[in-house]
Formats: sequence, structure tokens, C-alpha cells
Amino acid sequence: MLKNTNVKSVEHVVIRFSGDSGDGMQLAGNIFSNVSAGEGNQISTFPDYPAEIRAPQGTLSGVSGFQVNLGHAVHTPGDEADVLVAMNPAALKTNLKFLKSNGIIICDSDTFRTADLKKAEYTTDDPIKELGIDKRRVMLVPMTELVKQTLADSGLDQKAMLKCKNMFALGLICWLFDRPIESVLAKLKAKFAKKPAIYEANAKVIRAGWDCGHNTHSYMPTYRVETESVEPGIYTDVNGNTATAWGLIMASEKSGRPLFLGSYPITPATDILHELAKRKDLGVKACQMEDEIAGVCSAIGASYAGHLAVTSTSGPGLALKSEGIGLAVMAELPLVVIDVQRGGPSTGLPTKTEQTDLMQALYGRNGESPICVLAAVSPTDCFNMAFEAARIAIEHMTPVILLTDAFIANGSSAWRIPEEQDYPAIKPPFVTEEQLANEWRPYKRQGENFARSWAIPGTKGAMHRVGGLEKDFETSVISNDGANHALMIETRREKVARIANDIPDLTIAGEKDADTILVGWGGTYGHLYTAMEELNADGNDAHKVALAQFRYINPMPKNAIPELKRFKRIIVAELNTGQFADYLQMHLPGREILRINKIEGQPFMVREIVEGVIKHIEEK
Amino acid sequence: MENNQNQYTPSDYKNKQNVRWCPGCGDHAILNVLHKAMAELGVAPEDTVVVSGIGCSSRLPYYMNTYGMHTIHGRAAAIATGVKTSRPDLTVWQISGDGDGLAIGGNHFIHAVRRNINLNILLFNNKIYGLTKGQYSPTTDRGTVTKSSPYGTTEDPFIPAELCFGARGTFFARSFDVALDTTKEVMVAAARHRGTSVVEVLQNCMIFNNGAFAWFTDREERLNRTIHLRHGEKMLFGKDLDRGLVQDGFGLKAVKLGEDGYTIDDVLVHDAHAESNFLHQQLAMMDGSDLPLAIGVIRDVEAPSYETEVQNQVDSVVAKKGFTSLRDMILKTTETWEVK
Repeated sequence: MLKNTNVKSVEHVVIRFSGDSGDGMQLAGNIFSNVSAGEGNQISTFPDYPAEIRAPQGTLSGVSGFQVNLGHAVHTPGDEADVLVAMNPAALKTNLKFLKSNGIIICDSDTFRTADLKKAEYTTDDPIKELGIDKRRVMLVPMTELVKQTLADSGLDQKAMLKCKNMFALGLICWLFDRPIESVLAKLKAKFAKKPAIYEANAKVIRAGWDCGHNTHSYMPTYRVETESVEPGIYTDVNGNTATAWGLIMASEKSGRPLFLGSYPITPATDILHELAKRKDLGVKACQMEDEIAGVCSAIGASYAGHLAVTSTSGPGLALKSEGIGLAVMAELPLVVIDVQRGGPSTGLPTKTEQTDLMQALYGRNGESPICVLAAVSPTDCFNMAFEAARIAIEHMTPVILLTDAFIANGSSAWRIPEEQDYPAIKPPFVTEEQLANEWRPYKRQGENFARSWAIPGTKGAMHRVGGLEKDFETSVISNDGANHALMIETRREKVARIANDIPDLTIAGEKDADTILVGWGGTYGHLYTAMEELNADGNDAHKVALAQFRYINPMPKNAIPELKRFKRIIVAELNTGQFADYLQMHLPGREILRINKIEGQPFMVREIVEGVIKHIEEK
Repeated sequence: MENNQNQYTPSDYKNKQNVRWCPGCGDHAILNVLHKAMAELGVAPEDTVVVSGIGCSSRLPYYMNTYGMHTIHGRAAAIATGVKTSRPDLTVWQISGDGDGLAIGGNHFIHAVRRNINLNILLFNNKIYGLTKGQYSPTTDRGTVTKSSPYGTTEDPFIPAELCFGARGTFFARSFDVALDTTKEVMVAAARHRGTSVVEVLQNCMIFNNGAFAWFTDREERLNRTIHLRHGEKMLFGKDLDRGLVQDGFGLKAVKLGEDGYTIDDVLVHDAHAESNFLHQQLAMMDGSDLPLAIGVIRDVEAPSYETEVQNQVDSVVAKKGFTSLRDMILKTTETWEVK
């Protein structure tokens, strides 16, 4: 079929869909990613959308984007796109900076009218020329008109017809990347199962888009993207927030503790609430409370009552929950707090990504209030780390904060659906008959990990009171004694420190014997990993690096500090002004910690890390 | 709720802790009555959870031989909501003062009431902050001189009943600390009500607001200045039960039987179960000056309770979808592909 066209075979390719926030770019991007994953490509996606639900149509502030990287050895959504789809002149203007200098642009030329150009703040009537784009790289397609022609007999009104424009673009992209249109139609059919007329219209438009590419633009190269050989199993496509919700459900199944979520809507964490609300079909009780404080407090109540209790939020909500988390520290109750980080301070950049809540998570409470802090490194790792957060919370009787971020929460990748035996059983430290017969006290330490036992209401003979007041180490009754207070503070600190006995070692990737180690934490993993690969492949021995990405932040894995000390040069790259670097500095007194920081509401570009590392290496 | 009357005695709910409220504090009486009410209700101590916030009254869980949580300021309703929603089988009592429940915790209070979750909320109202040593609270009368209002307050108080009805409350009762029998009666009624029960107990603070309720609790005049409402009974009051409440236009009027042509037939019959809260509101707002202060169960209507609705919804979707595990759900609801 494609023998007359120029077919380019590539390892991976980055496509960016952009348009008005009502243009359906997220949907088109998602369907394309899923179809590609089904073709055996690795995928990594990044939705980039405005804070406003519907900013004025056609303006620069209303542009929404969706980027996907697909192919072989994909770790990030890609720095820059090979192909940009721009549904209007505003999208073209704001997204051009994300396109490679030799990348291809696909535009709806019907939107280049004077009024549209004015809204997008152009000063001439030729946006391509005004932006200095080489015309040979642009496919100008009169999409609006073609969609109208395609649907002329459909009986749809104009507004409904134009809603299908995103599917025209999708059809065109499917042609360009040789994606099977049948798989696209199957996914669409599932989505519009209850609206067959809408499905028919969209299907027609997708075919029209595909035909348009096939018939008229054969001079553009089409791409064949390398597929990946991966671990056998059944796969689905999952984003970080959904993976977080599912990891918690897995922990519920493995611990036998029913799952309770107390939450409050907040961008970009709300999808966790949405997913767990749907999962009432698996017995989850997900409650939307009256505010963030009630979210954490209802979870604390559910924890006391014996549930796996969770609250989900983002930075401003974590601030509101501080006092409640302090109560869970003091009452020594299992609690999982999910913080999907976004740009701050205050309301900040609600839809953009950042790693700026680390210090808040570690220290944002009154008093000496140690807590376990974890971070997920990718959309699919959210599943593992949500499971880990729940496991540690229950087995060590402590609150745990899991940090994810807008980038991995909304980004997605293909994920092997775990089998029953892939995750271990979680063992709640329930109070035992034997303990009850031997002067049991609620705050008595049980065993090596210093956890207290969990006595759940309904258990005879274990009635006890917990609360925010300091308790006596021996008797568990309220105590104002100074020496006892010091002992209890030390005990709570030691309890959290001993979690280090129960977590995996830090993995050192890349050139383990290099002089330089690149260090990151959480959601920057894909970018750091790719940067590490590029540095180690650039032929310059001086550029060789190892990589350590932290998932367990407090406590750190036992081998972390000894491993880092081996390297001559430690470079921490993070999306803030140096919070993890400062934290590491406390554990590495006297050592210089070099830094690469970015704080623009966007993920790193691999290039920025590579350049940053080389700069540090050349300076020192 | 299981009713195993006589199986338990008040001492089964009492623990060995020394009670540390000030001598003469109204809280002592309320605590003793609560032990008795629990014994009468017969719910096992291990199936009972008492949740409080912060303040003098919030120390109460420490004096109970039940499960208990003494939490953080204002949040008792939210925490109790978590206990009850996750475990509808437990009987949950919430203890809050006027500052804890209606100032810092006002939002949680109205939302608990709106949801109609099956909590028994005991609101200890002494119209003052005691534990912080004497500041005005959201129920302090306008003009009252306290440490934080040395020239008198310049704001009006909440009437707890009004707040409760504004949040569509299904149960409201009132008593005062020295009216032991009435307090027990309303506590038992509150526990038997399915949904949020708000029991306002007017309680004297000897140290910072002594005599705040002396007008009603005065031994000589108590029966003339208060009216004990009972569902299905005539609204009569006075030492000789010779006075009654009658309808007067859109309001209520206190009359003496045999005077101005009023007879027993004119006196209203209390209907705590009336769906409309209009008359309940009128009764609850009586302040003891022209009209007697109402005590007893003022409103008690049936409505779906939150934790039952949540549980029923979970049970029905679990049965309908029939997923056996997370993996089963993912396989059946998402687009998947197999790699061999």
C-alpha cells in the first residue's frame, strides 16, 4: 500500500497534538498512543493543558497539548517533537518551540482567517512566514472544509460536525505512521458504544483523514516505528494517577484491609479520587469530603477503625492536612498520603509539574514529626510505590507520604498487568490474644521494627484511647513528663529510621566506576536515564556517568550514602531550587553537591541534563 | 444497634483514670449520665467508639472504657465520619464543645449533619473557651465580657439548633447538666436515631462563665422557665403544668390555662417526627424570657443515613459487576493486548 511513498524507519518518534482546549487533542493523542502500544511500541505520553477549562477560543492561553514518544527504549515523552499537529494558529505559535528544527507540521489551513490570526496575536496574514517556518515542512490541510464535506449527509449540525475535526487529524497521523485504522475504530467504537451516530460520524472522518494523507501528500515521508520485545504478559496503557489508585487496591487485596479514601478535588490529583470512586465495584469506600482537612481526618478515623486509609491531594492540600498527619504520627496509625506535586507556592501553576513539595513532606509539621517519604519515578512505578506506601504504613504503623507529580500522574505508558503472585502479602500487626493476656498497652513496642500493635474496634479486651497528647512509654496514659517525652520522640524517630531494614537497596545504573554520579528522585527518572545513556554513548570518557534515582527518601536505603561517597562528583538534578540536594548535603557533610535545577512548570529536557552534567564535569 | 438491656452496667463503660475536670464542672454530671445511657442502650464497650476534638469536654474519651480518640481541634466530626463510614457496625459518639464544634469545627459540623451520618454528637455548650482560660466562643451572648472581649463582644452568637436545622438536621435535642434524667433520656433517644443526632447540653463552667444558665437551672423557677417536650404530648409547663404553648399567627405564645379563654384543647401537641422543621425551629429558638427554653427531643425524623447508603451502594455495585479481583477488573474494563 505504501510502496510508492517514502518510508522512513526510526527507533522512536515524538508526536505533539495541539489545539484549542476544546478541540479534543487529549482524546486524539490518547487513542493514537493506545493503538501504538498495541502495535508493540513502548510509549510515554505527556498531556500539557491549561489551568482554565475553556479559555477564550483561539487564544494563546487556551492551547492544550498532548505529546507522545513511541518506539524502542522509550523512557520519556521526548524533548522535542518530530511531528506537530496544530489545529489553529494559536496552537502553532505556542507549540513551535517544542518541535525539532527539521520536524513536520500539520495545520488546519481553514483556521488561518483574519479573526483567528488576530486572536492568536499575529501581525501579518501569513503565520507560516511570520514564524519563519520552511514551507516544505508544512502540510496545510483544509480540515474544517473537508470534515464538513465528509459529513454533509450525516444530518449533524455544523457544531457537531466540527467536533469531529480531531478525528480527521488522527486519521492523517495514522496514515503518516502506518497505524492500522481498524484498531483506532475499535477503540472509538468502545468509547461511543452508547452513541452509534456519533461513532459513525467520527469513523467517517478518520477514514477521510487517512485518505487525505494517502492521496494527496505522498511526498511526505511516512514512518515505520521499531517495536519492542518486552516481558510476556497482558498489557494495558495506564497513567500515573490510575496506577496509584490500582496500587492501593492491590495493597488492600494483599493486606486483607478494606480500602478507604477520604479526599477533596484538587488538580492534578483528582483522578485518583475519580478512579477509586469507580472502584466501589471492588469494595472501595471513596468519600469526597467537605475539605482537605476532612479528607485526611476521615482517613485517620477509618485507619483507627481498621482500614487501609488513604488521602490524596496536591501541594496546597498537603499544607492543609499537616495537622492531621501530625496526629497520625502521634497516634501511630497507618495512613497513606498521596501528594501529586504541582507548581507552587500557593495556587501556583495548578496543571504544571514540579518537585517542590519535598521539604514540606519531610518537615511540614509542628514538633518533631518524622515520617516516611517515598517517590514514584514513572507512571507505572506509581503502582509499585502506592503498594509500597501502603505496605510500610501498615507493617510499621506510621503515616507515609508518597510524592508523585503532574508529569507522571498524567503521563502514561504501557504496563504489564501484574499477576496475583507478583506482590507480597502485607501483614498487619494486629494485637494478639497473647499480648492481651500479658499486660498489653497500646503504645508498647512490638518487635524489631518498633511498631505498636493495631487493636481494631470490635476486639474484646483491647479498648484503648489514642490521641494527640504525649503518652507514657510504659503505661500509654497521658504524660507531661519531660524525660518520657524525650524517650517517645526518640522512639518515633527510630521507628521511622528502622524502615530502612525493610526496603530495597538503591540501584546504581550506568557506568558504576565513573567519577561522576547523576542523582535524581521521583518523576525525573526517564529524562535522567536517557541523559545518562547519551552521556555514556558520546565517546568522551570524561563524560561517563552513573545514575541513582531515589524512590525511598526517608529513610534512605542503607547503601545510599556509602555508594554516593564512592564518586568524585555528585550531581543532583531536580525540578526545584535544590531541595533534595540540600537534604543529601545533611547526610554528606563536607561533600560538595553539584546541582542542575529547573523550575519552569515543565519536565526536564534530556538535552538540558546532558549539557548541565558536561558543564559541571568541565568545571571541576 | 443491638439492644442487650441489662447486660451491662454503667461501670462497664467507666475506666480507672482520675477525672481531671474542675470540681463543680458540669462535665462530671454529663459523663456519669453517659455511662448510664450506654448501659441502658446495651451496646458492648468494644463496639463503641468515642471521638472528641480539643477542649475541656474533649477529654471525655479518656474516662471511657471504650475505644476512643482524642484528636485535634475542630476535627472530631470528620474523624468520626471516617470511623462510622468505614465501620457502620460500630456505635460512634462525638464529644465537642461550643468552640471545638461550632468555631474551628463549624464546617465539619454542618457537613456531618447534612450527610446525616449516624453519629451521636454531644455538644457541650458552656458559651466560653475554658481550656484556654476564658475567651468568648461562637455561642457567647452579645456584649459578654471575657478575657478576649474586655469591653464586651460585638457579635451575635450561633444558636446551635438553628445551625443544625439550617444543615437539614434530622435530630436535635437539648438538656442541661443538672437535669440528669432529661440528659439520659435525650442521649438514649439520640443513639436510637438513625442519622446525625445533635444533643446540646447546656453546661456550666464554674471558673470562666459561672451562672451562664442560672436563669433556667434555678431550683425555684426551673419549671416555669423551661418546657420539657415529649413527642405526642401536650406542650405544658410550669410547676403545676398549668401553662401551655399555643399557635399565635406564625409564632408561638405561652398561655395560662383558664385565662383569656384558653383551655387544654388549645395547647399544641409536640410532633418530633414532623417532616417540616418549621415548628421545631420555633420551639428550639425559645430562650426562656417570653417563652420557656425547650428541653427534650425537639426533632427526630427518619431519613437515609450516609454510612448505610455508602455501604448499600458498594454492595450493589460489587454484586452487579461481579469482579473477583483488581486484575479481573482491569482485564474486563480496559483495552489490553498480549505480548507472547
